[in-house]
Amino acid sequence: MPRRILFITTDQQRYDTVGANGGQVARTPTLDRLAAEGIRYERCQPTSVVCMPSRASMLTGQYPSTHGTWMNGVPLAVDAPSIAEHLHDAGYATALIGKAHFEPFLDPFGRFVENALAHLGIPTADSPWFGGRRGVHRGFDHLELATHGVLGPLHYATWLRQNHPEAVAGFYAVVDQDLNVNAAGGGDTDAPQVGVNPVAREWYHTDWVADRTIAWLTAQPVDQDWFCWMSFPDPHHPWDPPASQRARVNWRDVPLPANYPERAEEREALLDAKPRHWRAWYDGRLVSNYEAPPAWVPATMTADQVREVNALNAVEVELIDEAIGRVLGALLARGWDDELDVIFTTDHGEFQGDFGLLFKGPYHVDALMRLPLIWRPAPVREPTPAVVSEPVSLVSLAATFAQIAGTAPPPWCEGAPLPLSNADAAKRGFTDTITEWDSALFGVDVHLRTVLTGRYLYTEYRPGTVHDGSEGELYDLAEDSRQRVNRFEDPSLGAIRDELHQRLVSHHEREIERAKPGRLVAPV
Amino acid sequence: MASLRYEARIAASADRVWQIIEDPASIPNWFPGIVSASVDGSTRTIELKSGIVMPEEILEVDALQRRFAYRIVAPQYRWHLGTIDVIELAELDTLCVYSTSAEPSTLALLIGGATAEALESIKRIAEGT
Repeated sequence: MPRRILFITTDQQRYDTVGANGGQVARTPTLDRLAAEGIRYERCQPTSVVCMPSRASMLTGQYPSTHGTWMNGVPLAVDAPSIAEHLHDAGYATALIGKAHFEPFLDPFGRFVENALAHLGIPTADSPWFGGRRGVHRGFDHLELATHGVLGPLHYATWLRQNHPEAVAGFYAVVDQDLNVNAAGGGDTDAPQVGVNPVAREWYHTDWVADRTIAWLTAQPVDQDWFCWMSFPDPHHPWDPPASQRARVNWRDVPLPANYPERAEEREALLDAKPRHWRAWYDGRLVSNYEAPPAWVPATMTADQVREVNALNAVEVELIDEAIGRVLGALLARGWDDELDVIFTTDHGEFQGDFGLLFKGPYHVDALMRLPLIWRPAPVREPTPAVVSEPVSLVSLAATFAQIAGTAPPPWCEGAPLPLSNADAAKRGFTDTITEWDSALFGVDVHLRTVLTGRYLYTEYRPGTVHDGSEGELYDLAEDSRQRVNRFEDPSLGAIRDELHQRLVSHHEREIERAKPGRLVAPV
Repeated sequence: MASLRYEARIAASADRVWQIIEDPASIPNWFPGIVSASVDGSTRTIELKSGIVMPEEILEVDALQRRFAYRIVAPQYRWHLGTIDVIELAELDTLCVYSTSAEPSTLALLIGGATAEALESIKRIAEGT
């Protein structure tokens, strides 16, 4: 029986932006339906809270400390394991349409394949580049790539410049002239990375990704097995959705996040209870990573800016939901829905105002680590709808795809296939997940290891520029679901802390063939 | 400003390594992503695979110290200095050091990341592997 896999990812999307997960701002009827028909995971964690390491984990089924892409700007080795290659070898047609980001974007020397592909022309099913065992690249035999905005050499930017050059200037410039994340404010509140984009909705990258996905799928023979990774660049900043869609959500009506205390004193007290780099970033005294504008100070953010960012984020989420609905409609029309597995997730989260912060960085809390994950198994298998509350990780995706395809998970996969229910999770030992952070940029290095269990979230800080190796975070999620009370030094949790420390030691010492850590060659 | 430094230990004579580097026009042979280079006096103009054209000023080509120094003078760089030092350790044992300093810092990283690959290329050519 054929099995087809539509793997949908977004970029930088919080768990609570999906209606099925309790989200109140964006309307997501398509995702809500998939969740009702399939399995909704309440505790999915990434292996890393930035794009490249996390996406590399999706492709390889490995942790960053195994696949070697330990921070943004470190390219995944060209010969790294790839679940796309595994499926390609099993006879699947394979495609990645949208944001890949296994290799750096900022690449003036044009050294990386992702950035060179668009020069080869936009391939079509009638005119593919070539067919090989590894496909065009990393096991995908079709790639059409996009990222945030319209700079650079990827397919979407090339297409927009060639076909709608008048629309290019309307996009917010993601990076400034120094190639740092742009701090320039926009919109009604002058919030960073917010812009009013006059681009027509059908030319925006969300609809482009859906259009190109439909085009590729439509060209596949009806009896062809396929794996299609449809990868939306949104709702990652910049928050500049088509201006015609902004009215969907009035930012003035958007409630402030539950984890955004309006009083600065309360925000600062929460930050002061965490390791020192939290407050240092908030005050503008430390920039530890590339993923937030270095010229922007979080302490200056206003409540209205938080509202506007969240409103525009919701607009982008709604556009994605509708784009997914359009693709699923095309698949239904093709008669493929019964044999179709759909998995939806994202690579990491976004602060969106929690603790008075925006963007992301070495901060392992729910804002960045709790991800939406929905698996709608093929209806022909008569799946039992379920909600899984036990911890699962994106490291399980590759093995899950292999299992759907009826193949054994490749030996290099570190994650087991996703559980189908809590009972399945308990039976197969899904008790905790691990998230890693390593960064070393412009003289500042930060290293975190985190374990999440059904009850606790525990982070250790290894020695680095900002930390001496003695700091950490421990949250009792049963009593403190918002991670406001750091109990790392609480003697009453000493035994728990020892147990969680041992889990991190086991992770560190696990036996697996590891790639040599890659070289940092770009900021992102 | 940010600085990056990479080095390679090369199993070849220092003269052999210097021979690869000393001609400013030879850079497309060993620097990844540079498709052409033209030299006019102390000005070298390189063209990158991405289509970007960057003018550079050659500051020093010192065959005695085996030191090559240059700076990118493209407007996006407020300041740049690149140096390649070839240091003889033994008859067939050479240390090659490629240093990059630049402002803005992000551009130092972009150039510096490529210099690491350039060193690998120089090593391959020098060792004939």
